[in-house]
Amino acid sequence: MKLYVSQSSAAAGCVAVDDMILTTDQPTAAGSKMLDGYMSLFGAEVVEKIKAAGYEVGGKVNVGEFSIDMLGETSFYGECADESGKLAGAVAEVVKADGVKACLTLDVNGMPRRAAAIAKTVFLKPTYGTVSRYGTIPVACSGETVGVMANTTANLRDVLEAVIGHDDKDGTSLSDEKCALLKRDSDFKAVKKIAVIKAMTDKVDGAVAADIDAFKAVAEKNGIEVCEIDGSELLAAKAAWNVLMSAELCNNVSRYDGVKYGYRTPNYTNIDELYTNSRTEAFGMLLKSAILYGSQSLLYTEKNRGAYDKSLRVRRVVYDYMAKLFEEYDALLMPVCSKAAYTKADTDSNVTLSFEENVYTAPASITGLPAVVVNGVQLVGKAFSDSALLAVAEICEKEGK
Amino acid sequence: MRYETVIGLEVHIELATESKIFCSCSAKFGGEQNDHVCPACCGMPGMLPIVNKHVVDLGMAAGMMLNCDINRVTTFDKKSYYYPDLPCSYQTTQWFAPVSVNGRVDIETSKGKKSIRIKQIHMEEDAGKLVHDDWTNTSLVDFNRTSVPLIEIVSQPDLSSAEEVIAYLERLRSLLRFAKVSECRMEQGSMRCDVNLSVRPEGSDVLGVRTEMKNMNSLSAIARAIEYETARHIDAIENGTEELVQETRRWDDTKGASFAMRNKETAGDYRYFPDPNVMPIVIDDEWFNTVKSNLPEFPEVKKARYIDELGLAEGDAEHLIQSRAFCDCFEGAYEVCGNAKEAANWLIFDCSKILNQKQQTVDQLNISGKALGELIKLVLDEKVSRANAKKILSAMFEEELDPAEYAKANGFIVSNDTGAMESVIAAVIAADPKSVNDYKNGKEKALMALFGKCMKELKGNCNPQVLREMLLKSIENA
Repeated sequence: MKLYVSQSSAAAGCVAVDDMILTTDQPTAAGSKMLDGYMSLFGAEVVEKIKAAGYEVGGKVNVGEFSIDMLGETSFYGECADESGKLAGAVAEVVKADGVKACLTLDVNGMPRRAAAIAKTVFLKPTYGTVSRYGTIPVACSGETVGVMANTTANLRDVLEAVIGHDDKDGTSLSDEKCALLKRDSDFKAVKKIAVIKAMTDKVDGAVAADIDAFKAVAEKNGIEVCEIDGSELLAAKAAWNVLMSAELCNNVSRYDGVKYGYRTPNYTNIDELYTNSRTEAFGMLLKSAILYGSQSLLYTEKNRGAYDKSLRVRRVVYDYMAKLFEEYDALLMPVCSKAAYTKADTDSNVTLSFEENVYTAPASITGLPAVVVNGVQLVGKAFSDSALLAVAEICEKEGK
Repeated sequence: MRYETVIGLEVHIELATESKIFCSCSAKFGGEQNDHVCPACCGMPGMLPIVNKHVVDLGMAAGMMLNCDINRVTTFDKKSYYYPDLPCSYQTTQWFAPVSVNGRVDIETSKGKKSIRIKQIHMEEDAGKLVHDDWTNTSLVDFNRTSVPLIEIVSQPDLSSAEEVIAYLERLRSLLRFAKVSECRMEQGSMRCDVNLSVRPEGSDVLGVRTEMKNMNSLSAIARAIEYETARHIDAIENGTEELVQETRRWDDTKGASFAMRNKETAGDYRYFPDPNVMPIVIDDEWFNTVKSNLPEFPEVKKARYIDELGLAEGDAEHLIQSRAFCDCFEGAYEVCGNAKEAANWLIFDCSKILNQKQQTVDQLNISGKALGELIKLVLDEKVSRANAKKILSAMFEEELDPAEYAKANGFIVSNDTGAMESVIAAVIAADPKSVNDYKNGKEKALMALFGKCMKELKGNCNPQVLREMLLKSIENA
């Protein structure tokens, strides 16, 4: 699970970071052969912040290649699965097993959310711009966010409050004043009314449906109104996010060309072969698919102004639609994935499964809105409502399963 | 058939900023290879671009100098292509909303006045430099130039001859040097030019096949290249010597010919898209007005003012406006000494001479106008002789100094001690009776010899008029 482990990993004061977050004392590889053994010259802002708050960096946790897969199954270092072949996201397994206080993990394409749902840990993908992305391996910069996973909401809040805040080194970072809205004492309006997105819950298997029912019962018992709406509009987020994510990914990973650092093929006689063979030999199938898909979506022809442009417009439409829902509801309940378990066989037979299963995670990714995963369900709220969403997670914890 | 040449230019200009466009590395020319680099400008993952505000200032200033409209919301975009000198394999540039659009540059050639339309000015980062070593058959990359800020000035295809192109480039250079946007030094690559050229029958409104010559960096080479390309195009059209294709060509100035370059890419393949890490830059009125109020007068406005208000001769005014540094120094000196003609002469003759000796350009003038003015005032007030003032000026080029104090410290202050003058005169006359006699016999030159000797003895520190009168009197009495 952990790729590299720090010498002293005293559980209570220890925070793990995933392999997308740069550290100067341990390699950062983004789960890719391309960056195997890559030592960064600088550390991520979040790493500096957790150190400044008195935590140890407890180790580097394995992720899938550039963290766009289901549950880390595309990692160069191998997947994290139990004896039956059931995939578990390493980030969630570390939180569950090692007893670290929390794990910081970059939510690019919903992997940490799926991992948390399957392992039943708590995870927050905070409002975009409240946690610095300085020093995280860039993939889909317009939507990815460093999130926090923990066993308890209290631990999650402690670490969250250590990492939020403005950073001059990140041009998309919000003001300290805005970031402070995520804190415990924030007087953000409590969640009183939740809309369940039927267009999504209709498609899930029995175990996931049971999680949703259980959540509904707990919420209603605690005076939270739960309504059902269709919400089919949100399904459009997936296709748009796949285009935006792939386009940005294609551009961001183009820097790995075998020239400056990272993997370089021994098989070349000229610069074109150096590029092509280095990338062909080092990148996995899912990443290659995403590169091709993203590259294609950015092409401009006379008739077609590009899939990328259309996706930007869909992003706006989805955001506006959600903003309208938030006039009536405080949070939207969505599944995190359609099944309660996935095996290596599932992802082997369908390499791009994460580009289908992200139908549930894409709405929050594409809009940058906060998403909490608790007890296997996902709550998406309006910007800066993170603390209110975590308060619901606390209720669930109190009530047990 | 008669043909006309249609030329559009893309001019890249390195901006005169201290640091690079997205990081704090030095943007200075030169330095040891890979000395001015950090993880950001050599493309390591995890660094995020933070826009250097001064770059936007200069992009706006350039636009204002070239009569452009300023886009009040301007954005940065990514342009993807692979080349080893481009560390991220994308260049951050402006594609969708460049800082300045729709401008105009007025030029004058032997055929008269003409306006050249500017399509846009966009800000972008420069690429690094490849160093090829044929001996070991290796290529190495120097990232010092990576992310040095550039503006690219794109003209409409309004130019029709080498003469016009040169006039246009000289005009750009003058305006942008004036606004301190760039030093525009072609020999250091801080001004480079892509020439897009096509040829068509005179009067036709259909454009011919266009070729592009990239990275031209001398005016004379540009003129030769345009003449060569024009002739090649006409030859191809008239005699079918070759089929013209839209392509990028390299100009070889030694061979005096252009050659096709391998070119696999067309514009559509650059896959431009907005950089999600750089928020749109909003230029509010306050920012806009600050940049506008810091702009200099246009050179010809200055020239007219120098002639009409300060009474300078046209030639002198023309000389001064060749350089912003000269104008600033001139205006500063005039303010202190109140004599425009003197101030102009000191710059045009004395300062230019020293710059020549130091092999520096007029833009490298580094003395303050105030100090020059004070020096001129010392001369006009007859406190320091002209000859000594020139010595002080030379010293001013070496270090910053107060002319009056320097004159005092070095014994350059004119003395009105007539006693000292009398004894020197007496000694000189006594030592050279021949010259005295020569003068008395009508040899005017002899007086100058005696005068020079006295002056030398007095180290130049006396009023020459008084000295002359006293000398004449002493000779008469001798």
